[in-house]
Amino acid sequence: MKKKTNLSKATPWISAIALFVLWELIVRIFNIPPYVLPTPSESIIVGWQFHEAIWMHAYHTLYTTLAGFAIAVVFGVVLGALVGSSRAIYDAANPLLVGFNSVPKVALVPVLVMWFGIGTVPAIITAFLISFFPIVVNVATGLATLEPELRDVLRSLGAKRLDILIKVGFPRAMPYFFASLKVAITLAFVGSVISETVASNVGVGYLMLSASSKFNMPLVFAGLLVIAVMGIAMYEIFNVIERRSTKWANRGNQNT
Amino acid sequence: MSKSFVELNNVKLRYSEDDELALETTNMKIKKGEFIAVVGPSGCGKSSLLKLVSGLMPPSEGSVIVDDQEVTGPLKIVGMAFQNPTLLPWRTTLDNVLLPMEIVKPHRHRLRKHRAEYEERARKLLATVGLEGHEDKYPWELSGGMQQRASLCRSLIHEPDLLMLDEPFGALDAFTREELWDILQNLWMIKPFTVILVTHDLREAAYLADTIYVMSKRPGKILVERENTLPRPRDQETTFTQPFTDLVHELRNQIRDVRET
Repeated sequence: MKKKTNLSKATPWISAIALFVLWELIVRIFNIPPYVLPTPSESIIVGWQFHEAIWMHAYHTLYTTLAGFAIAVVFGVVLGALVGSSRAIYDAANPLLVGFNSVPKVALVPVLVMWFGIGTVPAIITAFLISFFPIVVNVATGLATLEPELRDVLRSLGAKRLDILIKVGFPRAMPYFFASLKVAITLAFVGSVISETVASNVGVGYLMLSASSKFNMPLVFAGLLVIAVMGIAMYEIFNVIERRSTKWANRGNQNT
Repeated sequence: MSKSFVELNNVKLRYSEDDELALETTNMKIKKGEFIAVVGPSGCGKSSLLKLVSGLMPPSEGSVIVDDQEVTGPLKIVGMAFQNPTLLPWRTTLDNVLLPMEIVKPHRHRLRKHRAEYEERARKLLATVGLEGHEDKYPWELSGGMQQRASLCRSLIHEPDLLMLDEPFGALDAFTREELWDILQNLWMIKPFTVILVTHDLREAAYLADTIYVMSKRPGKILVERENTLPRPRDQETTFTQPFTDLVHELRNQIRDVRET
């Protein structure tokens, strides 16, 4: 048993290293020039050379991402609760939400820049705009799929709408909510980096843009790697929170 | 005692205005503390009857009267259990049973202060249905029969005046089902409450009820009202006696007539 869990813990590391090795080999064997595709080793070395700048920009990106994400969580839960607990609000809001979600958020960045100037504010807003949708949908789904029998049981005890929402609706929606956080946090990174790339002078997005304008492809790839690592780290954090807080929903494999 | 507790006066039900009738003119009188069973083919509006009495659904015509008051909205004194136990998976068995106490007045305002007293009450009730020692387990750790026992406790913890059972034992194996009949009969005999049991199991109706109503298929209509005077407590032996099998036989014939018309 123990051997098996050790192996399954190592699997993601093995696959990541395998990918880097493959990448390194392909670049070397086919002699691809570094301004097209740098090797991972080169990217990491260059990344280390610029580590102070990368650290500063990465910190900034993380900050804008989390700020946008936090707004998305609050907004998403409130809107999801409204949409999920009222048929009328669902009917009114659904087409608007779907329409809004279909608009590429990169197209909104220029608008945000006109309103708020370049820099941090449009990045936070873009991160928020791109990441709230899955939270709304999941919270609403969790609330709307309440068993009708359970609702009858509670109503025939004299439960108000709010009672049902607090006692049953929200706890039931928790697994849906946490699942959506994992998706939302990775989307929030997409949002903030897009905005930094288009209109900012700080952040990993900006760093990559300025590096590519100087044909410093290894640095561009170092930026990409940093974003990927931050995304994985955040995803894992929410993964752990999800597992801890909604144990009952994962009852099938509680021993692993 | 002869005064009725639940009364249906010329009740008709349509799900929507242009829909055909789901329930044809229905009249019923249920005494306080009476145990009645409603049997009939599936889709005959048995469950709708429960929703009408508990006020979850308004009648299209006629009136429903419970405890001398016309029913206009959900009643607040009803216990309910369904075929699906509908326990909350994030709560322990004990907390599931205590759920009604968090909603029903005046308990909801007393619960926090007198938690120990309420827990004691829930534990006692769980013990009477044979769930002693399982109070702190989660529903998914219980078997189907145990979940249904817990669900029954949840419907009874606040000592409702009216208990609605919608095929509560339908999904259980025969042995568990008959064991639960005894448990329910016991609880009811200790402290009688009014029960409306919807079922398609004729033996269940004959075992538990004082009065059995046979309903026709859609649109639902009560065709027969049959007193059941078999002595209580009824037990496994009762089910092999002539009067019991005669009663089941008679009900069976009535249902067959319903299905053929």
